[in-house]
Amino acid sequence: MQDILKQYETVTEAHVTNWFNVGQIADFPENSGACVKYKTKQIAVYNFAREGKWYACQNLCPHKMEMVLSLGMIGDKDGVAKVACPMHKKNFSLEDGKNLGGEDLKIAVYPVKIESGNVYIGFSD
Amino acid sequence: MKKILVIGNGMVGYKFCEKFVAESTSSQYKVTVFGEEPRPAYDRVHLSEFFENQDAVALEMAPRSWYEDHGIELITNVRITDIHRSSKTITTSTEDEYTYDYLVLATGSSPFVPNIKGVEKEGVFVYRTIEDLEGMLAYAAKLKAKNPNAKAAVLGGGLLGLEAGKAVMDMGLEPHIVEFAPKLMPRQLDSRSSQVLQLKLESIGLNIHLSKATNQILGDDAITAMEFGEDDVLEVDMLIVSAGIRPRDELGKTCDLEMGVRGGIVVNNKMQTSDPEIYAIGEVALYNQMIYGLVAPGYDMAGVAVNQILGNEAVIMPGDIDMSTKLKLIGVDVASFGEPFMPASKGHSVIFEDKTKHLYKRINVSLDGKSLLGGILVGDASDYNMLHQIYLNGMAIPENPAELILPASEGGSSFGSALDLPDTAQVCSCESVTKGDICCSITDGESQNFGDVVTKTKATTGCGGCKPMVADLVNETLKSLGKEVKETICEHFNFNRQELYDLIKVNQVKDYDETLNLFGEGHGCETCKPLVASIFASITMETPNRQVGIQDTNDRFLANIQRNGTYSVVPRIPGGEITPDKLIVIGEVAKKYDLYTKITGGQRIDLFGAQLHELPLIWKDLIDAGFESGHAYGKSLRTVKSCVGSTWCRYGMHESVTFAIEIENRYRGLRSPHKLKGGVSGCIRECAEARGKDFGLIAVDGGWNLYVCGNGGATPKHAVLFAEQLDDETAVKYLDRFLMFYIRTAGPLVRTAPWLDKLEGGIEYLKQVVIEDSLGIAEDLDAEMQGLVNKYECEWKQAIEDPNMAKRFKHFVNSDDTDDNLVFVPMRDQKMPKAWS
Repeated sequence: MQDILKQYETVTEAHVTNWFNVGQIADFPENSGACVKYKTKQIAVYNFAREGKWYACQNLCPHKMEMVLSLGMIGDKDGVAKVACPMHKKNFSLEDGKNLGGEDLKIAVYPVKIESGNVYIGFSD
Repeated sequence: MKKILVIGNGMVGYKFCEKFVAESTSSQYKVTVFGEEPRPAYDRVHLSEFFENQDAVALEMAPRSWYEDHGIELITNVRITDIHRSSKTITTSTEDEYTYDYLVLATGSSPFVPNIKGVEKEGVFVYRTIEDLEGMLAYAAKLKAKNPNAKAAVLGGGLLGLEAGKAVMDMGLEPHIVEFAPKLMPRQLDSRSSQVLQLKLESIGLNIHLSKATNQILGDDAITAMEFGEDDVLEVDMLIVSAGIRPRDELGKTCDLEMGVRGGIVVNNKMQTSDPEIYAIGEVALYNQMIYGLVAPGYDMAGVAVNQILGNEAVIMPGDIDMSTKLKLIGVDVASFGEPFMPASKGHSVIFEDKTKHLYKRINVSLDGKSLLGGILVGDASDYNMLHQIYLNGMAIPENPAELILPASEGGSSFGSALDLPDTAQVCSCESVTKGDICCSITDGESQNFGDVVTKTKATTGCGGCKPMVADLVNETLKSLGKEVKETICEHFNFNRQELYDLIKVNQVKDYDETLNLFGEGHGCETCKPLVASIFASITMETPNRQVGIQDTNDRFLANIQRNGTYSVVPRIPGGEITPDKLIVIGEVAKKYDLYTKITGGQRIDLFGAQLHELPLIWKDLIDAGFESGHAYGKSLRTVKSCVGSTWCRYGMHESVTFAIEIENRYRGLRSPHKLKGGVSGCIRECAEARGKDFGLIAVDGGWNLYVCGNGGATPKHAVLFAEQLDDETAVKYLDRFLMFYIRTAGPLVRTAPWLDKLEGGIEYLKQVVIEDSLGIAEDLDAEMQGLVNKYECEWKQAIEDPNMAKRFKHFVNSDDTDDNLVFVPMRDQKMPKAWS
């Protein structure tokens, strides 16, 4: 089970080796999430239109290892953009992947860039 | 490089590793752990859960990889045969030798099996390891195949014996408990509380035999009976021995460590044995002439040993060990704290006993009446936290100590305020958080509310039992700082639900974003989004299809998300009435999409295991056959349950099915602060359980009696009689007004029963509003409800007819693949998601 989790590591903009095109802006719902596939990974993508920002993170909730984070509601906690897992409402920061409930859980986050209406996610593999 | 060898990988042996990893940052130490069992340490305290799910991995304290990740070598399936103190080496059962600088004995205990003739027969088990449990399960299955009424006995009526009794029940065998003493749990309970516990357990179906000394076990090869005396025989097909523990101290004996007279390896308050380089912790250690058979002291011992080895010599075991404990045995609260048995020369006891409710509470008070020395609670341990705190901290008790355990009078609690606790009082024992930690977090300004406190202190994140006390402390502290404690929705809206409902309605706001811009701040969250979605639905009857992004996951996909991220589908079957043709359709759809089917509690059929992309396909088939959404996923009207009424039944007074269908169709799709359930019974025999619902109608001579504000669930409440002998039309009118008034005024996720509890003036006030129109709003309520009823549309029909809406039912945006993380396993004749690890 832990092996699935191992393939998700946070990527910072500086370390991106592959900007992967996952579709057009219109393919993604506003102010909520959708899921894309990259190799064997499942990545949740959020068009946070209220903030005018995009976020991406692993779709795997590390609490019970289910592929559900893209289905969670997004919002903010004290100004930090976050997603709430639909299963047990664990909160994760979309900015750095930290668990906002202070628990020892974290998720990997990935950079997103928009160019000419296309959505790209940055990977280092 | 210092070598630390830990012998034993049980709960305490694991805890040593965990604490070692947390304390030691140096690479100067190498820890090697030997476990006799084939798997890494698991939670023996919750062993009985294995019978519920047979998931050994779920019991693991930590996966094998955890040991690797922290540089600990774990060697399982190996026993240590010898310790050579002179050369500081040990020998294993595989003839390997290891040297040590420090040796930690965490060998635990083994079940004590009394020397009874025939105890070696087939079908006699002990209750200690997962392998024991697997053996029992296999044996029980064999027994049941031969005889569905097979019986199993547990020898020993102590704590663990009763746990084993629960296991026997879970295995579906007739359970018997056989105890040598004249009472259950002889070590923890006095005879009266023991009797109360016995009554309660017997009412659940356990057979209890006290004062029985087992002479021999009868049977040819396998056990067939237990014989206590000449004509005193109990026929059983299986026996689980749970008659206490014996420390696994044989290694201590063979290498000449100082031993207790009755076993156990003697340790000092540093957990050192008579050889200062050898430590003993847990159930093998004899401390204060005692073997502590509880896990908490074992964990403390592990912590002391870690600190001593790392040179923090100040960390020692306290002289007095708190043996207070609270547990649920087969669903029954049992707790004891401090000194449960009080000799009359040392203190007075106050005892409250109510056998009709299987309730017993005893507290022991010092002779001068000033301090609490201990006590016992059976049947209701909700006061345990507070009493335990008073005892631990030597807090003052009321002049009349009985107030501490007498059932609370109206609204009063004798505990005073949680703020009376000393700052050092440990409120959350899972995370070791004191009252001071909680209050200071607020007074220092780092926490503003309950959520902040949880994040900062980790209080309540363990078992959650301290939540009410933490919430009290937070609210009291905020009040003491002069801050208003207002029930607001969340950090984004400084209003309660009713205020926001009125604001949205009066200002004719059009969507969530506008609501947030006008009345809130920030970008919203999982608390306010679904709440605002529900308010919009209650005002305009809009379906979740209009503002998809603010719906909770269930409403977003119009289905109930299940444990593995698949969904379940519940078509509406009003009143539980369905034609054979429609039944066949449901069966065909389930077969076509390989779904697990189950009849629900609300007289409908639930189809489980659908993937996201299958939902529109399934619903197309269902809608073509005349079904519509059952809204099982929404905080909305679920079902109106009915009995078959005068249509068929020889006792029926009115046509309950017809009326139930009429009501269910009237309110279908109605969204409300929480789910709504109704029931209609055709006579006072009440087969539809209408009084366990938010609204219920019971047929009587001359019409319907209307009951409101009941529910099943965790805190069951019977619905209260609201009006009598109504005709159909009046019943519906009152229902309209009652439901609309609830929808307008209730807090978020508050069902009708707790709403009525908090409603000032209670049921009488509700009658005045609805029947006598005391507020002059009845016409509004009528019109509002009729407006919602007229606007009803099936949201699934909307979703599949609009290609834009259908787009959201897809696992990946950029691929037609499906979730490859799904694993199903067979169960009975169907399938289920693989268990969570």
